[in-house]
Amino acid sequence: MLTKRIIACMDVRNGQVVKGVQFQQLRHAGDPAELAERYNVEGIDEVVVLDITATLESRQALARTISAVAHRIFLPLTVGGGIRSEADAAAAVDAGADKVSLNTAALSNPTLITTLARRYGSQAVIVAIDAKRRGDGFGVYVRSGTADAARDAVEWAREAESRGAGEILLTSMDRDGTRSGFDCEMTAAVSGAVNIPVIASGGAGEVQHFYDVFTDGRADAALAASIFHYDDTGVSELKHYLNTRHIPVRM
Amino acid sequence: MIALIDYGAGNLTSVRKALTALGADFSTPVRPEECARYCAVIVPGVGNFAATAALVGRWRDAIADTVHGGTPLLGICLGMQWLFEGSDEAPDVPGLGVLEGRVTRLRGNADAGLKIPHVGWNALDFRGDARILSGLAPQSHVYFTHSYAAPVTDACVAATTHGETFAAVVEHGNVFGVQFHPEKSGDAGLQILRNFLAVTQQRSLSTPRAEAGC
Repeated sequence: MLTKRIIACMDVRNGQVVKGVQFQQLRHAGDPAELAERYNVEGIDEVVVLDITATLESRQALARTISAVAHRIFLPLTVGGGIRSEADAAAAVDAGADKVSLNTAALSNPTLITTLARRYGSQAVIVAIDAKRRGDGFGVYVRSGTADAARDAVEWAREAESRGAGEILLTSMDRDGTRSGFDCEMTAAVSGAVNIPVIASGGAGEVQHFYDVFTDGRADAALAASIFHYDDTGVSELKHYLNTRHIPVRM
Repeated sequence: MIALIDYGAGNLTSVRKALTALGADFSTPVRPEECARYCAVIVPGVGNFAATAALVGRWRDAIADTVHGGTPLLGICLGMQWLFEGSDEAPDVPGLGVLEGRVTRLRGNADAGLKIPHVGWNALDFRGDARILSGLAPQSHVYFTHSYAAPVTDACVAATTHGETFAAVVEHGNVFGVQFHPEKSGDAGLQILRNFLAVTQQRSLSTPRAEAGC
C-alpha cells in the first residue's frame, strides 16, 4: 500500500537553515546537510530545500547546499525558491535536486512547467501554490504571498497538472506559521480536483494535524518545517503516532 | 567497471552519486561497441518509454549481446520496463525483450485515492529468494514514481500493489530490474545496489578472461 509521505522543509539563506529553529543536538547549528542527515535517521521520506532569499549570491550558496545535502542522504530532494527559468532549474538539478518546485514563475510563465516536464519528466516538476481563503473559494498569491494572482487555487492546480506538473505543493497562507493545523478543506478541494499527488503545507503544530490532513484533507503527503526542528515532535514519533491510527507510513 | 548507459532519459546525477557512495567503478560508454568491455551494465531512466527509442538499433544490439554473454544487467525504472518486450506507452518502440511480457498503464482509482502516477514509498512483497533482495527485510519500503508497470511473471521476485499488483523487482539469470528508484530509497535502495555490485564482482572473479576489463 502506498504510504503517506512526511516531508521536511528547510528554509535556507546563504547556505544556512533559518526560521525559528532550536538545534540543540547539532554541533553546527543551521547546517542543512547535518539537519537532513538527522531527519534521514529519524525516518523522513523526503526533503525540500527552499531558498528564501533567491539572490544571486544566495543562488551560488544554494548549489553548494544542494550538493552537500544530496551527498548525505539518498532520498528524494526538492529545491524551490526563486526558480524562474530553465537555467535555474538545470542548476538545481545538476547540483543534485530530483525535483524543482515552481511558484511565481509557473504562473507568469506557465510554459516553463511543460518545458521542464519534457526535459526532466513530470516527476521532477512540482508546482507550488500559496493560497488563502477568499469568499467561498481559495485565492492564489505569488511573490512570497505578497501579490494576488487573481486565480483560483483549484482551477490553477488543474491547469498545472494539464501542463505537466507531477505534484502540487499547496500551502495555506492562512495557517502558515500558526501551528493550528493544516487547511484540510482547501487541501481536499485541490486533491479531489487533480489526479497528481498533493502535498499539504502550512499549519502543522501537532501530530493530530497530520492525521487530519491525511484523512479529511485527502493529502498524499504533508510538509512541515519548524515542527521537526524542535525536539518535542520528532519524525519518528509522528510516524509511530500515525501508524497506531492506521495511516500507512514508512516505518 | 560498470557501464552506466546515458540515452538522455532523465538526469543521472542521483544514480552516479549513489554508485560513487558505494565505491563502484563506472563510466558512460560513448559508443555501443564499448559495452563489450564492461563487466556489468546499468540502464537507468525516467520519463516516457518513447525515450528508449534512442537505444533501438546498435545500442540495443550491443546490450543484448553482452547480456547473452552473461554480463549482469540492471534496469532502473524506465530501464527495467525496457527489459520487457515493449510498452503501451510507446507501442512502436521495441523493448530489449530479454523478459517476457508487456508494460501497461496502471489504472488507479481516483475515488479510492489511488492516483496515477504512483508516487511515493510502497512495500515490496517478496516472492521467493533472489540475489538482488539479499539482506533486505520483507515489506521494505522503496520510492516509486511511475505511471506504467510490468506484469508479474516468473521473473518477478518482489511485487508491489497500487490498486493492481505489478512487478517491482525482477531477476532472471543475469538480468535484474527495479521499478522504483534505489538511489532515492534510503538504506533499502542502497542495499539493492550493493547486491547488484556483489553479483558483478562474483562475475568478474569467476570470469577468467581479462578482456572484460573488470
